[in-house]
Formats: sequence, C-alpha cells, structure tokens
Amino acid sequence: MTDELQLIFNGERLTARRGQSIAGALLASGRRSWRTTAAGRLPRGLFCGIGVCFDCLVTVNGVRDIRACQRPATEGDVVETQDETLPLRRTEKSR
Amino acid sequence: MRQTVVVIGGGPAGLAAADAALDRGAAVVLLESAPRLGGQFWRHPTDRSATDTSLQHNWNAFVAMADRVGSDPSATVITSAQAWAIDHDHGQGDAAFGVQAAVGSADGPSREMITVRGHALIIATGAHDRTLPFPGWDLPGVVTGGAAQAMAKAEGIAVGQRVVVAGAGPFLLPVAASLAAVGARVIGVLEASSRRQVVSGWLPQSPWLAAKAPELAGYATYLARHRIPYRTGLAVTRAHGNDSVRGITVSRIDSDWRPVPGTAEYLDVDAVCVSHGFTPRLELAIAAGCALGADRFVAVDAAQRTSVPNVFCAGEPTGIGGSDVALAEGRIAGHVAAGGAITDTQLRPAVRRRRLLRRLTGAIRDAHRIGPGWTSWLTDDTVICRCEETSYGALRSTLIATRTTGLRPAKLTTRAGLGPCQGRICGRTVEELMTDLASTDGGADQRSDGVIIDRRPIASPVRFSELTAQARVVGTHEQMDTQEEDR
Repeated sequence: MTDELQLIFNGERLTARRGQSIAGALLASGRRSWRTTAAGRLPRGLFCGIGVCFDCLVTVNGVRDIRACQRPATEGDVVETQDETLPLRRTEKSR
Repeated sequence: MRQTVVVIGGGPAGLAAADAALDRGAAVVLLESAPRLGGQFWRHPTDRSATDTSLQHNWNAFVAMADRVGSDPSATVITSAQAWAIDHDHGQGDAAFGVQAAVGSADGPSREMITVRGHALIIATGAHDRTLPFPGWDLPGVVTGGAAQAMAKAEGIAVGQRVVVAGAGPFLLPVAASLAAVGARVIGVLEASSRRQVVSGWLPQSPWLAAKAPELAGYATYLARHRIPYRTGLAVTRAHGNDSVRGITVSRIDSDWRPVPGTAEYLDVDAVCVSHGFTPRLELAIAAGCALGADRFVAVDAAQRTSVPNVFCAGEPTGIGGSDVALAEGRIAGHVAAGGAITDTQLRPAVRRRRLLRRLTGAIRDAHRIGPGWTSWLTDDTVICRCEETSYGALRSTLIATRTTGLRPAKLTTRAGLGPCQGRICGRTVEELMTDLASTDGGADQRSDGVIIDRRPIASPVRFSELTAQARVVGTHEQMDTQEEDR
C-alpha cells in the first residue's frame, strides 16, 4: 500500500498522505482558504482545527458541509469549495 | 451482574476512566470522535512511531492505556464515533440513558447510527480553545493554538512559515514548541498577563512546579534552542491582510488587558495562533441532565458523580486543569462507575494527585485570567460571530435598540450564535459583551432568560439520510430487559 493518495480539489490534482485530513492536504499544498462566507464574501480556511468552529467546511464527493479538519482524505475524493452565497442558483444550475 | 461502563471521549480522562473500569472488572464501551485515541492532548500520526515523543508529555502512559483498552476483550473501542445526543429518563433508575452516536467518516453522509447503553456513563468530552475576537481575526492564517497544535502533531504541518503564538496561559509553550518542531519560524510567544502576574501565579506553586518541572523545562529548553522569545503583557490587537494574514499589530496591555496607547508595534507574519484559555465541552453533559455549578462547569462530588445517578464526569468539563488532573479524575470516575468505592486503597494516589493539582492549576489559571479591558481593542466592524458574520457594532447597536437582555432573543435579533458552530466560538464572548452592556445599566451578569450558550440538544450535525436509519444497539440492551423483568 502506497503512503500517498490523490484528491481532486476544484478540478486540480492534489497529493495527500494517507491518514491526513482534507484540511491538512489543502494546507500542505499551500492553500490558506477554501470557503467564501455568505454575507461578506470573505475567504475562510482553518481556524480551530479540531472540529468545533465549522469554518473549514467543504463539499466532498458532492456532499456539502464536511469539516475539512475532521475528514480523513481518501483516494479519489473530489473536494470543492463551498459557495455559501448562492444556494438557489446552484440548485437551478445543477437541475 | 457485570457492569457496563460507557465512556464518551478517548483523551486522557476517558482513557484513564476506561482503564480503571476494566481494572475493576467492568465491560467498557469507549466512544471517540476522532479516528484515533488520544484526544486533543495525545495527537499523533497514523503511524505512532512517527511521533516526536519529546513533544508528547506522558506518551508512555498513553501508549500503555491505549494498547490495554484496545486489546482487552472486555472493552469495545469505537473510534470515528460522534456522540450527537443523549436520551435519558430519570424515572427508570439504572442504565436509563442511551448515547446516540454516528460512526464513520466525518461528516457523513453514510455513517452507521448506534445507540449505546450501559449501567454507568462517564462524560470526558474535554475542552476547546477560547479565542477572543480582535479586528482581522477572521482572516485565513489566524488560527487557534489548538489548530496549530493539531496540524503539527498529527500531520507534521506548520500553519505558517513566520508565526506568532499569542494569548494567555501555559498552553502557548507547547504550541510554540510544536510549530518550531515542524519547521515554522516562531518569532515570539506573546503572553497577555504581565510578568508580575505570571510570576506570582506560578512561583508559590512549588509542589506543582516540581511535578511539572521536567515538562516545563523541556519547553523552555526547546524555546531557547530555537531562539523563541517569551514576552509578557502583550496582545495581538489587529491582524492585517486581504486574502490572508500578512502582519499583526501587537500592543502592550495593562493588568486589565486594556491596550496602552502609543505602544503598538507591527510584526510581519503569515500566521498567528491565538488562544486565551479553554471552554469546556458541556453539551453532552447538559443533554444527560447534569447540573452545572455557578462556575459553569459540571458539578461533581468527590467520586466524580454528577447530579444524575450513574452519570460521571471527568477532566476539563469539571474545571480546566490539564491532562494530569484529567488522568486522576478519569481513574476515579472509572473505578467508582465500575462499582468501586472512593475509599478503596488503589484510588489513593489519584485522589491525592487530584487534590494537589486542582488547587494549584486553579492558581495558574487565575494568573492568566482574561482581563475585562480586552473589549477596548474591538472596533465596530470586528466580527464577533464568525458563522453569521455579526459585527461588534451591529451586535451592540441591536442589543441597545431592542433592549435585549435575554440570550435567546439576542441570538434571534443579532444572529450571533445561530450558525453551524452553535455559539461554540462566540457564545461566551457574546454573553460577556451582554454583561458589559447590562453593567452600564446597573444590570446583572446573567441573562434575563436564564439561558446559557452551552445547551445544544443536538451536539453535532447529523444528516437526514442518516437519521432515517435504524440505530444498532451497543452495550447492555439485553441485560437491561432481563433486569427490568426481574424487578
């Protein structure tokens, strides 16, 4: 079993270590933020790192609101940033 | 009949509790929300050998307990198990609780739902960082000490290249050491308390210091070797940057934590780790019906019993004391929950350690207590509630305009505390700001509706698709039915 695995983040390939969290993989790739807030449209990333603050939410394999710091990365995970501002438009577009 | 003891939390308190309950011959079900045991304290990579054990205080104790609990046939260890609710029924006497947990990768969508039952429940849910807001604290790159620690210890990742560690309390030292160990340049540890407060809090505690000396000396040596300055009486009063933090303003603060005009200095950083203490994780204890003391910790007796029969609590939810107190309290709770007595000889060392450590960690805590003057570094546009993006100005003007004195209406009118974190990050701050407002009115330090932020009947989000699944029962379901027929 290899020690590395591959993720897709917003369409880009990303290498993570086995056992690493999605937040860890994103930080290790040099990324600092991966969510845009609803009201201020401001960037957010890791804050509490232990699953308390819900700032680091991402969409994983099509499922929204996954805490990146709590979710272990698994091979082939498709991770996307969440747009908190346009839930309606997103739904319309996907249908 | 054999006792089944259910333990929530696999950190120092929970592991010690499970270990002691097994020693006393009980069956144990241990629930841990993370994929690995150890809690926030003993964080480590999947491969334990990769851990730099010099940065893991009491590592051997962890390995011994984790291996024992993991291999004892009387123990069921369930990791990645998020306890999200506790059903309880005081009318049924023994074993009248059911812990609802979702087991699997966070946060779903296809976790297995379980209901855990037993004769006794031990709540060892720990604590999380308390970080006071300051202008710019919502910028990426501003993280808690716990975040820096978690990333460094478990994943070997530094949250930045050029980092300041700031806030209050002894926890800042291991955070700085962990950051240095993973290659960050820590340009300073900034303690808010004055040198005089720190010295007068720490020095009289010689027995405690003697017990902690190796650990503290270890951090001090580490900081010295990495040329990390430890400075006191300073606070980060602003973070600067657009998409992420590029620098911070640091100000000298007086003994009430009020910034002293004309003392601001600018530091170039790409990350800052800020922690001003800890908030206990109380929601599951509250859900189980446990009474809190006036100090907002779970009230326990000498045997760690809560106000609810057969429900025990150990570690940070009973008072912030650190891992050594948690280990002692966990051992006591586990032993008594499994049918032992607090007077049993094998508990003597734990009882003695708890008494000594509780008194002394209280003094250390006082030396780093948050000063009321911190609110003067807030600006109207400082975010208070990170989830709902409620600013200090909006919060204040809304509360004044609506004359709101209750926490529930305050949440509904300002939205502070309504977001996905359910007020875990901003809640205590909002309560204190409301006290601040009320005091200018001669008001009380409690909300008029008696509501506290810590009550969260759903302790963690669960998906509808998961809720519809039938929960598997773990623990003493059959025995309970028999017992009820016997009665």
